[in-house]
Amino acid sequence: MMPNVMEKALPKNKEERKISTVLQAKDLTISYNKTVAVNNISISLPERKITAIIGPSGCGKSTLLRSFNRMNDFVPGANLKGQVMYRGTDLYGRDVDPVEVRRKIGMVFQKPNPFPKSIFENVSWGPLINGFRKDIHERVEQSLRRAALWDEVKDRLNNSALTLSGGQQQRLCMARALAMEPEVILMDEPCSALDPVSTAHIEDLMFELKQNHTIIIVTHNMQQASRVSKFTAFFDAGNLIEFGETQNIFTLPQHKRTEDYVTGRFG
Amino acid sequence: MNSSSKTEIRSRLPLETNVFQNRQAKNWREEVIKTVLLFCALISVLTTFAIVFILAQETGVFFKDVSVLDFLFGTQWTPLLEPRSFGVLPLVCGTVLIVVGAGSLALPIGLATAIYLSEYASTRVRSLLKPILEVLAGIPTIVYGYFALTFITPLLKTFFPKIQTFNAASASLVVGIMILPMVASLCDNAFRAVPDSLRQGAYAVGATQYEVTTGVVIPSALSGVMAAFVLALSRAIGETMAVTLAAGATAKLTMDPFVSIQTMTAYIVQVSLGDTPAGTIAYQTIFAVSALLFIITLCMNIISHRLLHRFREVYE
Amino acid sequence: MISQNLTHRHRVAILFHGFCFMVSWTGVVILGILLFHVTGEGLHWLDLQFLNDFPSRFPEKAGIKSALFGTVWLISLTALISIPLGVGAAIYLEEYAPKNAFTRFIDLNISNLAGVPSIVYGMLGLVIFVRWFNFDRSVLAGSMTMSLLILPIIIIASRESLRGVPNTIRQAAFALGATRWQTIYSHVLPASLPGILTGFILALSRSIGETAPLIMIGALTYVAFVPEGPMDEFAALPIQIFNWASRPQQEFHELAAAGILVLLIVLLLMNSVAVFIRHRLEKKNQ
Repeated sequence: MMPNVMEKALPKNKEERKISTVLQAKDLTISYNKTVAVNNISISLPERKITAIIGPSGCGKSTLLRSFNRMNDFVPGANLKGQVMYRGTDLYGRDVDPVEVRRKIGMVFQKPNPFPKSIFENVSWGPLINGFRKDIHERVEQSLRRAALWDEVKDRLNNSALTLSGGQQQRLCMARALAMEPEVILMDEPCSALDPVSTAHIEDLMFELKQNHTIIIVTHNMQQASRVSKFTAFFDAGNLIEFGETQNIFTLPQHKRTEDYVTGRFG
Repeated sequence: MNSSSKTEIRSRLPLETNVFQNRQAKNWREEVIKTVLLFCALISVLTTFAIVFILAQETGVFFKDVSVLDFLFGTQWTPLLEPRSFGVLPLVCGTVLIVVGAGSLALPIGLATAIYLSEYASTRVRSLLKPILEVLAGIPTIVYGYFALTFITPLLKTFFPKIQTFNAASASLVVGIMILPMVASLCDNAFRAVPDSLRQGAYAVGATQYEVTTGVVIPSALSGVMAAFVLALSRAIGETMAVTLAAGATAKLTMDPFVSIQTMTAYIVQVSLGDTPAGTIAYQTIFAVSALLFIITLCMNIISHRLLHRFREVYE
Repeated sequence: MISQNLTHRHRVAILFHGFCFMVSWTGVVILGILLFHVTGEGLHWLDLQFLNDFPSRFPEKAGIKSALFGTVWLISLTALISIPLGVGAAIYLEEYAPKNAFTRFIDLNISNLAGVPSIVYGMLGLVIFVRWFNFDRSVLAGSMTMSLLILPIIIIASRESLRGVPNTIRQAAFALGATRWQTIYSHVLPASLPGILTGFILALSRSIGETAPLIMIGALTYVAFVPEGPMDEFAALPIQIFNWASRPQQEFHELAAAGILVLLIVLLLMNSVAVFIRHRLEKKNQ
C-alpha cells in the first residue's frame, strides 16, 4: 500500500485540466459468480461534466458505477477483469488502497442512508476519521451550504439526522460526500426515492457542483438525464451501446436499440 | 336465464337453513376453544400474581420482627445463629462480586464475538461457531459449578496460592462463561438488524472496516447491545448452582475475590437443604431474600425490554 | 488538509479483526476444556453397574439409577403439562387476542417471567404445590414447578413460529368459510410445528439441568427406589450430581463427573431427536 499513489495522479497545472478524462474504463468485464453484469466495455468520462448512464433495469449501470469507487469489493463472488483508470492510475492495481479511492471518489446512494447520529456528526465523521485536523465546524458548514441544506438545519445541527424529511436526508448524504472534497461524485439513482420538489432541489445542486466536481449519475429517468447531463451513456444487458453528447443521444441516436429505449419502446 | 335454472336456484333454499343450524353448533364449539386457550394464556398472569403474593405474604410477616432498614442496610447476616442479625448487605455484596466478575469476562468477549460473527465471519464459519455457542449455552449450570470447583479453583491456586477452596473468583469466571453465549447471540441479533445501507454509506466516505464497525455499526446498535448486557447480568444475578457449589456459604461483606462468600441465591439453597421448620424467622428469611432477588431481576428485565423496544422502533 | 495516516489506520483495522477472531474462539476452547475435563474425571466410572445401582455411601457401589429414572419421570410429566398449556397460550395470543391493553399486560407478564431466577420458581412450587395442594415432595409437584418455569420459553418460541406462517394462508382458509379454529388446526399449526417443536425441546433441555427448583421442592438424594406413580418421591440427575459434587472426597467428585456425562448424553439425545424431527417435518412441509 503506497499512500501517495493517488496524489501523483493529479495533473499539475491548469492547462492539463481543460477537457480531460478523469475516469476511464478499459475492456472492463464484471461478473458475479458466473453471471456477467458488465461486458467488455470501454468508456472515458470527462471531468467537471455531468455524465448520465441510462438503460433498462438490470443492464449493469449500477455495477459499473460501483466499480468506480471499488464498492463492488464488498459483493461476494464479484470478479473484475480489465482496468478502471483514474487519471492514469489503475484503481484495481496492487498498490492501490480502496479506502483512499473512496476519499477521492464519493458516492450518493439511491435510498438516503444517513447515519443514526446528529446532523453535524453525519457530515463530520468522514473527514475526522480521515485525519482532518483543521476547523471541522467550518468544513461542516461549508459542506451543508454546498448541499443547499445549511439554512434549514443550522439551528438544529445536534438533532438526529433521522428527523429530516426524505429530500433533506438525501441532501445531507450529499453534504456528507462533499465534506470529503472528492473530485468525482457518483450518484446511483439519487432521486428515485424522492418527491418532485426534492428532485428539483437536487438537480439544481448538481448544476452548481459540476463547476468543481465530476458527476456521474445513473438514472432511470430519461427526462432527468436530458435535463442535467452533458454526456449520456446508454447501456443494455451489460453492454455499452452508445455514448455521446446528451442532445445527440436523445435526438439523433445512432443505434436502433438506443432509439427504441429513448423513445420508450421498451424499458 | 331460462326457467330450468330458476328452479335450480329455488331448490337450494331448504339447504341453506340446514347450513345455518350447523353454524350455531360451530360457534358454540369455537367459543369453548377460545375460552380454554384464554385460560392457558392467563396462567402466566396467575403465576406472576402467585409469586408476588407468596413472597409478599411471608416477607410481610418477616418485617414485623425485623425493620426494613435493618434488613436493607445492615452489614451482618447471621439469621441462623445467635446473636441473630438480619442485614442483607453481605449477601447482596456477594452477588455483586460474582456479577461484576462475570460481567467483566462475558460482556467484552461476548461483544467481540458478536462483532466477529456479524461483521467478519464468512457464512461457513458462522454456521460452525453459532451452534457451538448454542451448545455452550445449553450446558446445565450444575456442570459449570462442578467445573468451577474441580478445575478452575485448583488452576487459580497455582497462580494465587492464598486462594481459598471456596471463593468468588472461580464462581464468577464460570458464571461469565455461562452468560457469554447469551451476550454474543443477542448482540449478534442487534448488529444484524442494522441495515447494510448504513455500512455502505460509511465505506463510501473512505473508512476502514474497523472504523465502520466502531463508528457506525456499534453506535447504531447501541440500545440493542445495552439490552443484551442488562439481560445477561440479570441472569448472572439469578444464578444459583454454580455459586452454591463453588463460592461458599459464608456471608461476608468483602471485595476480595479469593475468599469464600455467599450470594443471595446460595443462601436460599443453604436454608432449603437444612431442616428449617416453617413459621420460624429463619424460614421467613428465605422469602425476604427471594423477594429482594425478584425485585432486582424484575427491574433489570424491565429496563432491558424498554431498551430493546427503543431499538426495535428504529429498525423495524 | 487531510493527513496521510492510512498505514496506521489499516494496521488498527487488521489488529481489530485479529482480536475479534481470537476472542470468538475463546468460548469454543473453553467448551473443549470443560468437556475434556469432565470426561477425564468421570469416564471410568461410567458402566452398566453405574447405571443400574442406587446411590450409596460407598463410591464403588454408587449408581445413578434412581436419579435417571426420576429425571425421565420428571421430563415426561413436565412435557405432558407444559406443551398443551404453552402452545395453547401461544395460539391464543397470536391468533385470537385483540390488540388491547390487557393483551399487552399478558405479554409483559410472559417476558418478565422468562427472566425470573429459577430459584424463585422453586419457592413458588414449594408453597403452592408442596404445601397448599398437598402434593408433598412428589414427581407431580416437581413437574408442575418445572412446567411453570419453562412455560414462558415455550410460549415465546411458539409465538415466533406461529408468526412465521404467512397470513395469506389464513386468509385463504377464511375465504372458504372455515372457522378460526379450523384454520389454526388444519393449516397454521402444521406449518408452524417444526418451530414449536424445536422451541419445546429447547425448553425441556433447559428443565433437565435445573437443580435449584428441585432442591426447594425437596427432591431427595438417598433414594433407593424408582418412582412408580406421579405422587411418589423422586430423585433427579442434577440433584444427585450436586450431592456428589458437594462431598469432599475425590471419588465422589469423579462420580459427579460420571453423572454429568449421563446428563450431557441425555441432552445430546434430546437435541438430536429435535433436529431429526424438525428436518422430517420441514421436508414434509415442502
